[in-house]
Amino acid sequence: MDLRFTDEEIAFREEVRAFFRDHLPDDIREKLVDGEHIAKEDMVRWTHILNEKGWAVPHWPVEHGGTGWDPMRQYIFLEELQKTPAPSPLPFGVNMVGPVIYTFGNEAQKKQFLPRIANLDDWWCQGFSEPGAGSDLASLKTRAIRDGDHYIVNGQKTWTTLAQYADWIFCLVRTSTEGKKQEGISFLLIDMKTPGIDIRPIQTIDGGLEVNEVFLTDVRVPVENLVGEENKGWDYAKFLLGNERTNIARVGMSKQRVRRIRELAAVEMSSGRPLLEDPQFLQKLASVEIDLKALELTQLRVVSAEAKRGNTGKPDPASSVLKIKGSQIQQATTHLLMQVMGPHAMPFHVHDMEGANEPPIEPDYAGAAAPAYFNTRKVSIYGGSNEIQKNIIAKAVLGF
Amino acid sequence: MDFDLTEEQSILKDSLNRLLADTYGFEQRRKHMGSPEGWSGEMWGRYGEMGLMALPFSEADGGLGGSSVETMIVMEAMGRALVLEPYFSTVVLGGSMLRFGASEDQRAEYIPQVAEGALKLALAYTERNSRYELHNVETVAQKDGDGWVLTGAKSVVLDGDSADWIFVTARSAGGTRDADGIGIFMVDAKADGLSRRGYVMQDGRRGAELRLDKVRAAAIGEPENGLPLLCRVVDAGIAALCAEAIGTMDVMRELTVDYLKTRKQFGVPIGAFQVLQHAAVDMFVATEQARSLAIYATMMADSEDAAERGRAMHAAKAEIGRAGKLVGENAIQLHGGVGMTMEYAIGHYFKRMSMIDIALGDHEHHLRTLAEKGGLVDA
Repeated sequence: MDLRFTDEEIAFREEVRAFFRDHLPDDIREKLVDGEHIAKEDMVRWTHILNEKGWAVPHWPVEHGGTGWDPMRQYIFLEELQKTPAPSPLPFGVNMVGPVIYTFGNEAQKKQFLPRIANLDDWWCQGFSEPGAGSDLASLKTRAIRDGDHYIVNGQKTWTTLAQYADWIFCLVRTSTEGKKQEGISFLLIDMKTPGIDIRPIQTIDGGLEVNEVFLTDVRVPVENLVGEENKGWDYAKFLLGNERTNIARVGMSKQRVRRIRELAAVEMSSGRPLLEDPQFLQKLASVEIDLKALELTQLRVVSAEAKRGNTGKPDPASSVLKIKGSQIQQATTHLLMQVMGPHAMPFHVHDMEGANEPPIEPDYAGAAAPAYFNTRKVSIYGGSNEIQKNIIAKAVLGF
Repeated sequence: MDFDLTEEQSILKDSLNRLLADTYGFEQRRKHMGSPEGWSGEMWGRYGEMGLMALPFSEADGGLGGSSVETMIVMEAMGRALVLEPYFSTVVLGGSMLRFGASEDQRAEYIPQVAEGALKLALAYTERNSRYELHNVETVAQKDGDGWVLTGAKSVVLDGDSADWIFVTARSAGGTRDADGIGIFMVDAKADGLSRRGYVMQDGRRGAELRLDKVRAAAIGEPENGLPLLCRVVDAGIAALCAEAIGTMDVMRELTVDYLKTRKQFGVPIGAFQVLQHAAVDMFVATEQARSLAIYATMMADSEDAAERGRAMHAAKAEIGRAGKLVGENAIQLHGGVGMTMEYAIGHYFKRMSMIDIALGDHEHHLRTLAEKGGLVDA
């Protein structure tokens, strides 16, 4: 047992940190520090920088542009990325559909899509949830009916993050109503320019316009856009959802936020002294820091077991803890950040969503605190709500 | 980074768990508790045969040269079995005092005896008004020739009734809460002027009150600057207690999950109910997070950096207290009425867990101290 990083890992961390320091554009970094949303153009710009370095899709197989880093280096890379803070690669392409395509797709699909995902030439969005299929995803109803060389798709997807920017959507669609509901699902890649696709934005409680409803009406999708086999889509979806273990805890992001809380609490006054000198506040913060340290080590236990065993086996039972604790800590830190701002958290600047606060309502870093708190409620809901995570642990770990 | 045990460490873990599974069942433990000492001399001998007493001492001092990982393994196994014998007091607290504070002569005299199980030790630092502060010391030490005489009183000395030698903190200079002027002194349990009153504690372990009236003692380390040594020893104790707590929490979860799968109401095992499953999952999540920090504490226990080591211990002990309370209270709740009975194991685990929180500083104490020291600022 030895919790030290190797010299090579320490050097690697330095290399990654230096690259982010030297190559992340200041304007993007400032937006993230202030907790603001970044624009599509920012994301594209940053992805090009990463891709030029060969770091846009580090965990992919080397033949598709991956780095060949071991799990510990993957983890260090993501932690440093989040601590900088730099934008995480767009998950829908890099973490979700990309691995599905290189694992289950055919050669033509790999060739067509993978390089364009790595360079963010294609912006992908995720068509899984439906109004009647949330936690019970397999009950989805969007139909795809074969018509010659095409599927005709009809239905509705929802909670589709950043669909307004998307060039492509990967969809779970029902191709059969026979047998168990999981057995009639297929995984389709759909060009967003296809006639019959309509997007309606959903404004979230923070004022943001991240998520959308996507309506599909007689959308004609070429059969070559089917991934893998018809009616095997549920297997690919499970693969996709189980694929994100090294990122889901967001340890680096929460570390960055704790650092920000300390910075701002040293400036914001409370009872005639900086809030950072208030014992009650400090205890609350220390409590979150303890939780975060524990999560970091839990994450490292998982990563280290994965490094030893390879990525093939059953995940470490501790990995199921990551989503639950990771989301709780993200929520605790955004709440603390709002508390740091005190009354200055109250004004609602609608323009903050586009990164502008002109003329500034003072202090200008306060405007994003409450929206970040509101927005972060989502992290215990998406990707399988925490209650679903508990069902998974109850079944898979405790044997109920 | 490596979280795995070596082959030797795995063997130690397996053989101790096997020994305790065979010899430390509920009824056997109850018998040990009912003996005059409140624990089993026979088991003490078995631990000695296994080499557990010699584990943490260097080979040069007559030990086996184990690290804090070996101590973690032993304590976790003892936490699983709710072991009553004074291993923690003798080998972890007392042993750390000898390892980190004793002179060469003192080490040569005492360590071999401890290592073979012939000597039992205890640490007396708590006083009536000190609560968890290590530097809050009213007991007085006065120089007397080449030794010292101690006068005062100590409370809740874990295993203080059976110890052969007791490490006693006393003030050689300064005011009650001064960090300077504290010494640690080694007191012979048979010394004139020392009176002990032993008692049983909530978790079935033994404690004692000490009264010291001009008791002659030898100093361990620097008699006017003993606080850093005391901190170091308590840090080693915290890491060990965290490991013990993990063993205790694991068993509480296992017993509870088993119970949920067997107890039937409304015609089904009550584990079929989601609300109960989720309560069990909360126990699992809390234990895994606590395990991570117990491992962290173990690795930091050997660190020479007192500030960093201290922060790690505050974090770990605070987390253990928080997690242990959740796991213990859920365990009782999910067992229902049967969890309230002395005849059932779970309540005894819950009681031990509750006392682990209090021992060496509770959740609130360590959280507050960590906050005062600037939190866990990440590099």
